[in-house]
Amino acid sequence: MSILVNKETRVVVQGITGRSGRFNAQQSVAYGTKIVAGTSPGKGGGEVDGIPIYNTVAEAVRMTGADASTIYVPAPFAPDAIMEAADAGIGLVVCITEGVSVLDMVKVKRYLDGKPTRLIGPNCPGVITPDECKIGVLPGSVFQPGKIGIVSRSGTLTYEAAYQLTKLGLGQSSCVGIGGDPVIGTSFVDVLALFEEDSDTEAVVMIGEIGGTAEETAAEFVKNNMSKPVVGFIAGQTAPPGKRMGHAGAIIAGGHGTAGEKINALTAAGIVVAESPATIGETLLNTLRNP
Amino acid sequence: MNVHEYQAKEILETHGVNVPRGEVASTPDEAERVARQLDCPTYVVKAQIHAGGRGKGGGVKLATSAEMVREHAEAILGMQLVTHQTGPGGKRVRKCLVAEAQEIVRELYLSIVLDRASSRLVMMGSEEGGVDIEAVAATSPEKILNEVIDSSVGFQAFQARKLAYGLNIPENLISKATDMMSGLYNTFVDCDCLLAEINPLAITKTDNGPDLLAVDAKLNFDDNALWRHKDIEAMRDPHEENPRELEAKKSGLSYISLDGNIGCMVNGAGLAMATMDLIKLHGGEPANFLDVGGGVTTEGVEHAFRLILADEKVKAVLVNIFGGIVKCDTIANGIIEAIKQVDLKVPLVVRLEGTNVELAKGLFANSGLNLITADGLTESAQKAVAAAQGR
Repeated sequence: MSILVNKETRVVVQGITGRSGRFNAQQSVAYGTKIVAGTSPGKGGGEVDGIPIYNTVAEAVRMTGADASTIYVPAPFAPDAIMEAADAGIGLVVCITEGVSVLDMVKVKRYLDGKPTRLIGPNCPGVITPDECKIGVLPGSVFQPGKIGIVSRSGTLTYEAAYQLTKLGLGQSSCVGIGGDPVIGTSFVDVLALFEEDSDTEAVVMIGEIGGTAEETAAEFVKNNMSKPVVGFIAGQTAPPGKRMGHAGAIIAGGHGTAGEKINALTAAGIVVAESPATIGETLLNTLRNP
Repeated sequence: MNVHEYQAKEILETHGVNVPRGEVASTPDEAERVARQLDCPTYVVKAQIHAGGRGKGGGVKLATSAEMVREHAEAILGMQLVTHQTGPGGKRVRKCLVAEAQEIVRELYLSIVLDRASSRLVMMGSEEGGVDIEAVAATSPEKILNEVIDSSVGFQAFQARKLAYGLNIPENLISKATDMMSGLYNTFVDCDCLLAEINPLAITKTDNGPDLLAVDAKLNFDDNALWRHKDIEAMRDPHEENPRELEAKKSGLSYISLDGNIGCMVNGAGLAMATMDLIKLHGGEPANFLDVGGGVTTEGVEHAFRLILADEKVKAVLVNIFGGIVKCDTIANGIIEAIKQVDLKVPLVVRLEGTNVELAKGLFANSGLNLITADGLTESAQKAVAAAQGR
């Protein structure tokens, strides 16, 4: 088992004719992911690298049985793309696009209320179940199948953590980049709950950063609902207040959302927090050895 | 993106928010002329900078004549205004707002922000206006009223009434208050704000009875929505922004200037923050945050590298790249090109991992560049800190 994606997942790429969409579709195919369709309005009937193109997601679903989508369209069009996928009955929508406006996402979240679609992102690196399915821009080579789940607001820190784990011989069940924006589809808590239920996951690495209170909420959830060990890291201990640190959601506002507050909340919930980004893997290994 | 108080008030006024009469001035002559046009018993002259606490720093002055307005404008314009938000260097005042001063009876607080936990907008009101709302939130959160807004229908009249009555606004000002709340909401959604704040929302005494006015206001806009608001983008004041940060933005780089002496170039916001933390953990101080992003080209890297070296504080540079979609050889080529054009006078520590790392190492080895290579995060930080300290 694994969470969210596996070798049966059938993926449609929204925006497959763009530079990023096409490149990452090729990378996913090379990894073994079942990319069954692409969409690009006006280019339906054609194909790109052997993948059939449809004008709408609904048509792609009807013709190929796609059950997951990944979005690479430019930010002004991404909200529409997410809603189109949900309307077509796609169960898992992974929005890679960076730079979607907050108000657009507030509306999209409201639109998704009550629908069975799960949105990951936007502004995320994607989801991977090693050796089975890779959706998004994650570099497949650093991941290895195993029993550790990773959930992170940051892409490159996901790679860094997976790389450290892999070097220590600790493979991953699934890894989920939830995205660095203030409004995202899937939270830490959502993913932690999935890992808790997943029989293939033995422990979880959770990587947070400054801004918002998602890590504090997650800490509360871990304390009350998780039996599996969780190890954490929080980026941005040296970030100045009031500045957006690259991610739209990474900002200390009104004195809140600091790394210190989050580390305290995690520690209080019994989560071992790695002091350095270089020791995330090591910290997990020690936790597994000395529970 | 932030704007000045006078700009925020102009935008709010067009959306139906009642603001004091006034106009912006760049010279004492203009200030005097504005005062003569306003022709009122008392004036207020307010320094326009992007920072709070202007009054305490001497940037807000009352006047009882147009001549006095001129004198205050002479003192304020050109001053280096220091507040708790500007840093010790302060900010140079280039414009001042001349407005009709109000006789304030009560100061309220009103704002709209995003509630990240629920992914909805919330309008907040408090009777504790005129002060830092964060302090109120910390000490007596029960004094803040919240109305969560459902985006499928928007801000509703009943919510405005709940807030207005909850804030004990006098009966004859209720409809004015609810109109202003709707105006604030319309401003927020029409302009893609991240923060819309009126503080204080003042109940004033006038010859015609009590009135309700936005005496000070602050708007912050979503950078990710500026593509549909060219008019707001045009309000950007470049004097209020760090020149290197502006330069970086133009070339699609995410750069933030900091106080330390180790320049950083990293891919990914999370890893860039973690690299800063790592430097600090090993006894150094980062000079900047710099995320070159996922789709960076050789030219982009070259640009980023020059940006870092343009900062005179920088005594060493740490490049930390985890190649995923960004290929290590792209980064290596960019650095080699940049160094051909700028004279590298400080030590350069490079840690590369991931896609095409061997290719990149070969490029560096053949370049003849004198750089310090590092394996792993910890070693890279230790070497950068040592290099910056001249060890």
